[in-house]
Amino acid sequence: MRRILAALLENESGTLSRVANLFSARGINIESLTVTPTADETMSRMTLVTFGDDRVLEQVTKQLHKLVDVVTVVDMTRQNHVEREMALVKLRLRDAGCVDDLQRINKMYRGRIADVSALCYTSEVVGTSDEIDAYIAAMGQHEVVEVVRSGPLGIVRGEQVLAVRQNH
Amino acid sequence: MDNLKPNPEPEAAPLTGAEIFIRCLLEEEVRLVFGYPGGAVLHIYDELHKQREVDHILVRHEQGAVHAAEGYAKATGRPGVVLVTSGPGATNAVTGIADAYLDSVPLVVFTGQVRTALIGNDAFQEVDTVGITRPCVKHNILVKQVEDMPLAIKRAFHIAATGRPGPVVVDLPKDVTEQKIPFAYPQDPQLRSYRPTVEGHAGQIKRAARLMAKATRPIIYSGGGVIAANAQEELIELAHLTGFPVTNTLMGLGAYPGTDPQFIQMLGMHGSYEANMAMHHSDTLIAVGSRFDDRITGRLDKFCPYAKVIHVDVDPSSISKNFPAHVPVVGDARHVLQALIRELRTGSYAMSDIEPWWGQIREWAKKESFAYEQDMEAAIKPQYVLDRLYRQTDGDAYVTSDVGQHQMWVAQLYKFSKPRRWINSGGLGTMGFGLPAAMGVQLAYPEELVCCVTGEASIQMCIQELSTCRQYGLPIKIINLNNRYMGMVRQWQDFFYDSRYAMSYMEALPDFVKLAESYGHVGMKIEKPRDVEPALREILSLKDRLVFADFVTDPTENVFPMIAPGAAHNEMILS
Repeated sequence: MRRILAALLENESGTLSRVANLFSARGINIESLTVTPTADETMSRMTLVTFGDDRVLEQVTKQLHKLVDVVTVVDMTRQNHVEREMALVKLRLRDAGCVDDLQRINKMYRGRIADVSALCYTSEVVGTSDEIDAYIAAMGQHEVVEVVRSGPLGIVRGEQVLAVRQNH
Repeated sequence: MDNLKPNPEPEAAPLTGAEIFIRCLLEEEVRLVFGYPGGAVLHIYDELHKQREVDHILVRHEQGAVHAAEGYAKATGRPGVVLVTSGPGATNAVTGIADAYLDSVPLVVFTGQVRTALIGNDAFQEVDTVGITRPCVKHNILVKQVEDMPLAIKRAFHIAATGRPGPVVVDLPKDVTEQKIPFAYPQDPQLRSYRPTVEGHAGQIKRAARLMAKATRPIIYSGGGVIAANAQEELIELAHLTGFPVTNTLMGLGAYPGTDPQFIQMLGMHGSYEANMAMHHSDTLIAVGSRFDDRITGRLDKFCPYAKVIHVDVDPSSISKNFPAHVPVVGDARHVLQALIRELRTGSYAMSDIEPWWGQIREWAKKESFAYEQDMEAAIKPQYVLDRLYRQTDGDAYVTSDVGQHQMWVAQLYKFSKPRRWINSGGLGTMGFGLPAAMGVQLAYPEELVCCVTGEASIQMCIQELSTCRQYGLPIKIINLNNRYMGMVRQWQDFFYDSRYAMSYMEALPDFVKLAESYGHVGMKIEKPRDVEPALREILSLKDRLVFADFVTDPTENVFPMIAPGAAHNEMILS
């Protein structure tokens, strides 16, 4: 089962490799991973997608908590959440019809042309990972030369926020 | 380490990083460091040379330094401290660090590093120590500037010794030890993300108590966590309060007195018949500070098929990792057991009758699965040596061991009455552990009797430390059970490889008596069963000398009982 984990990490060198090491040491694949500093620059926020059953995820979550650099972890999949991913898609143009078709697809998926050159158009799109998959599939008849995806970001719906634990 | 803040009121005169290092050790009340010098740590060694408060023990190989620090830490409960140089100094220490990680031993290992400007340049004696040790430490820290050193060291000692203990590596580049700042030692480790749970959840403790009261076939299965938490008194009180049988893991031996009638011996692969059968048939398992390791459980899908499991552990990731717990209790074993005892005493629990269960356990115990026979005209049985060692020392010696058959026989036959007396490598199973570990114990307790039980294969893996023992006058008693084989490897080859002894025979052995003498120690060779008892008396009477006693034992003896890998607790091989 696909899982999205969100975590706050100490913004220090080595933290990311500790997290990556934890997964590789247990033979679990990381599907995607994004890390950026938060408004509090001493912390980074990580969103990680992996696959596993409840038992694997319980163990991974506990092991992540055990890392001294990990401030807090939640399994987003267990909660109502908003998920967004971004993709940049580069197409090689064969004829003028290509552009019309690209604009038609962009309208459906709320995509946008981000760069134009003599031979290539680069388009950007934001959505759930499924929507991005569908967007790229819709380009099927065109010559897609490069795709780059951000990996999903997640946030819990409602008032709940990911923050430093105050208990214990 | 970008968010490190120096103490607001530092001393006026600036000190070098090396001077600050010594001051930090003194703040942590460190009086003993095990180490080996080299280029990257020479500033620190120069400062060590100038003072008298911290003793440095010079080992002969960095692996020995770490095992010695482990022996010190296991015997005292205080963090062991190691100082080694960069590159090979650090890589030689890795085996010991991994050993400490698997056995939850509190250590702070300081490694030298090349100058910060050279890091990443493949400089002389440079390795990525933080990267190499990352999978086998509780935490590690590269100190990039002297301003960060005091807090890094404060954190290292705090992390190593609290929660589930473990090794912490602090990597110190050479230039950091020469930079100068005014010294101040922080009082708070400032770790918002590290707060181990100590007290067990009150509701879970009530649930555990209810389950224990209902149990008709209970068993307490306790491990090294009881010793780490100094919870032996609570464990004894709980057992005596409930009348439940107690079994210990290899790492938990000594937490419960080995001669107590409620003790049904060690469990697991080479555990007693009654302990493993009681595990298999129990309806309620009270696991305290134990981690359901594969050497304990055997085949997981047939493990404890009838039991409800209460699992007390300070490390939440140990709970339900290998085997699901019905009542998980996260907390320090001492605090949780105290709360559980209080609950059982004050709550109105009607305990079930467990007398029929004890009757069954006594039946199983009649197998006497650790029994052996010594024919006084034949070869010395290794068990006989250890049995007599136990009797002559009243079960009160500190005993370290290496890894293999001899280790299992000590665990079976030496009935430890107190915790922290049995010091061995359980998780990693590191041959070479015993002698340096014994040095750490002997240095912690100079007046106590320290025995290192080993074999002719294991002892050779850190035998260079005989020189260290000579330098510091450590009167360790080495009981070498010499069967000319890597016994446990030979045993597995007997059982599972049609007795094809691939590389398990030890040829070209040294004359251990002469070897011991060449290091300035006493050497003895004992070849006949009748000589065992007098020899042990003589060995123990030489109080101020290291004695290397080479017992020539029966080369065919195997450790029984045994649960073969992949078998269940009720499928033991008894002989």
